[in-house]
Amino acid sequence: MAIAREAEPVNSLREVREAGLDREDLLGVYRSMALTRGIEERGHILYRQGKIPGSFYTGRGNEAAAVGVATAMGSDDVGTPLHRDMGVHVVRGVEPWRIFAQYMGRADGPTKGRDGNVHMADSNLGLIAMVSHLPAMLPVAVGCALAFRIREEKRVAVGWFGEGASARGDCHEAMTLAGVRKLPVVFICDNNQWAYSTPTHLEFATEHVADRAESYGFEGIIVDGTDVLAVYREAKRAIEKARAGGGPTLIESVTLRMEGHAVHDDAFYVPKEMFERWAENDPIERFRTWLRNNADMSGDEEDEIAADVKKALNDALKRAEDSPLPEVSSLTEGVYATPEDLDTPHHK
Amino acid sequence: MAELTYLQAISDGLRTEMRRDKRVFVIGEDVGVYGGAFKVTLGFQEEFGHWRVLDAPLAETAIVGACTGAAIMGMRPVAEMQFADFISCAWDQLVTVAAKQRFRAGTPVPITVRLPSGGGFSGGPFHSQNPESSFAHIPGLKCVCPATPEDAKGLLISAIEDPNPVLYFEHKHLYRRIKGEVPEERYTVPIGKARLHREGADISVITWGAMVYTAAEAAGQLESDGVSVEIIDLRSVMPWDKAAVLESVRKTSKALVLHEDTRTGGFGAEIAATIAEEAFEDLDAPVKRIAAPDTPVPFSPPLEQAFIPQVDDVASGLRELAEY
Repeated sequence: MAIAREAEPVNSLREVREAGLDREDLLGVYRSMALTRGIEERGHILYRQGKIPGSFYTGRGNEAAAVGVATAMGSDDVGTPLHRDMGVHVVRGVEPWRIFAQYMGRADGPTKGRDGNVHMADSNLGLIAMVSHLPAMLPVAVGCALAFRIREEKRVAVGWFGEGASARGDCHEAMTLAGVRKLPVVFICDNNQWAYSTPTHLEFATEHVADRAESYGFEGIIVDGTDVLAVYREAKRAIEKARAGGGPTLIESVTLRMEGHAVHDDAFYVPKEMFERWAENDPIERFRTWLRNNADMSGDEEDEIAADVKKALNDALKRAEDSPLPEVSSLTEGVYATPEDLDTPHHK
Repeated sequence: MAELTYLQAISDGLRTEMRRDKRVFVIGEDVGVYGGAFKVTLGFQEEFGHWRVLDAPLAETAIVGACTGAAIMGMRPVAEMQFADFISCAWDQLVTVAAKQRFRAGTPVPITVRLPSGGGFSGGPFHSQNPESSFAHIPGLKCVCPATPEDAKGLLISAIEDPNPVLYFEHKHLYRRIKGEVPEERYTVPIGKARLHREGADISVITWGAMVYTAAEAAGQLESDGVSVEIIDLRSVMPWDKAAVLESVRKTSKALVLHEDTRTGGFGAEIAATIAEEAFEDLDAPVKRIAAPDTPVPFSPPLEQAFIPQVDDVASGLRELAEY
């Protein structure tokens, strides 16, 4: 029996409207999910073509979770998305060609070739670039919330982590500080059930990660991470609660990582039946069916979105492949910030 | 100018910046009601309120991580580690997140971490360390180690103003022992500029922190032997003032590098190597290093005294160099 609350699915267009989305928004959400998957599928092709150095990670199966949360964020809110959360970058408005440039280590990627894969973020979009050490970004998200609280701004920080990273001390420390200070932060646990090859029963001994929230003094919620509307509604409630001074919430979004940890990993350790069962809950298929049944999405509208996404990806790939590799002479630049670097919207 | 202790000068610098700049806040264990383990922030919570002087849970990772997040959101956080030794618990946040953020993501992280460091009072293995070399090795971090009250205030203000993560090593043994004239107004001391503590002609001592005073006493002992010792107080180990060190060594032709941290891989090794690379032709003796032995800091007084370089150790090192 879960200690945390288990969220119900969203059943009707009326419920969605109550949660703040109109029909146009819903089609936008669908497009963002399709674009998210498209970016990662094209990335995978680039990797197989040998155009991406290092390794390559995707968030297949997590599109609804990432897009749902990001759609619930306000424009002045900030977040620290991770390597399964491409959908967050997409919703916040990153240009896809810059992601491909990032994958390929080109000069126009958000990190200018200094870091790879999803270790990137455009700070102008309110996102902070992740590091490999998970969940090291949770204390950072809490610090963003602390700044908002000190300045009495009605802004919220969203911090992501995986169920694997929930084992680390950073997670406990971040939630402790957020809890005692009732900071405006929402913790999103992408529980995709596998930390590389380690299953959840070897990662934590509670039934759910979200069950821990109560011990930190705030609410825990478990949501089906393949249901974009349920994720959106729960994230929206939690974000608005935080904005109103109600303190943190921990949302555990349950999905299955539909591919290996990274492209080199064939995930042989995941039972085949598990993949088959979760494939029936593909988040994009699921939302498409919902839109057809509840929002009268027509075949023409669907085709239009698919064509639009395809064109965006084609254009983005071309532009990214034209982007130069970084100049070797730039290697030692920018290890240290200069006072001019503080001339950003955040630092004024 | 007022005469302040080293400790009072740190408080004065912090108070000056907090009065001037609303973005500056302090977070650490027991920094609020209690005023900090060493009382650096005594009275701050009354003046600046509970949200600018925050008592944190016992969670160094959260303290430093939260400072990073707040800094990226435009604040100028100052974290206090109760003892420098506890920075090991926040290594990941400093080294993995804060230090690399500007280089890889273009995001500056202007945080200051205050680190009460150093031994000499039987603090034992976990309340006495000088971990500056570990952090000086990390590209993206700056490390300052003031020795005088005037520098303690000016370097703290520079650290807060700096757009990078700055580790501010304040030596506990100097807190109430060292007094000096400190300007009342706001001023900065540039990070990366050494200070000539004592002018001399025969041997250069390159040191920082509490060892500046150990070196000065030893230099005084050598005066009667007619040996004139110059003391360079580095003030910052990252960036460090290579030009000032090389200039002094070229003048005296002999160099002694002195620090309280342990010997192997201590920052003195970097200085000695640089002198050997760039001033070899000017040397009349091999570069000498005096540092703590490669052991944890011991507790019992005779052991600790044997661990921390003493005046007599430095004086005999200087004599060896003088006679070479």
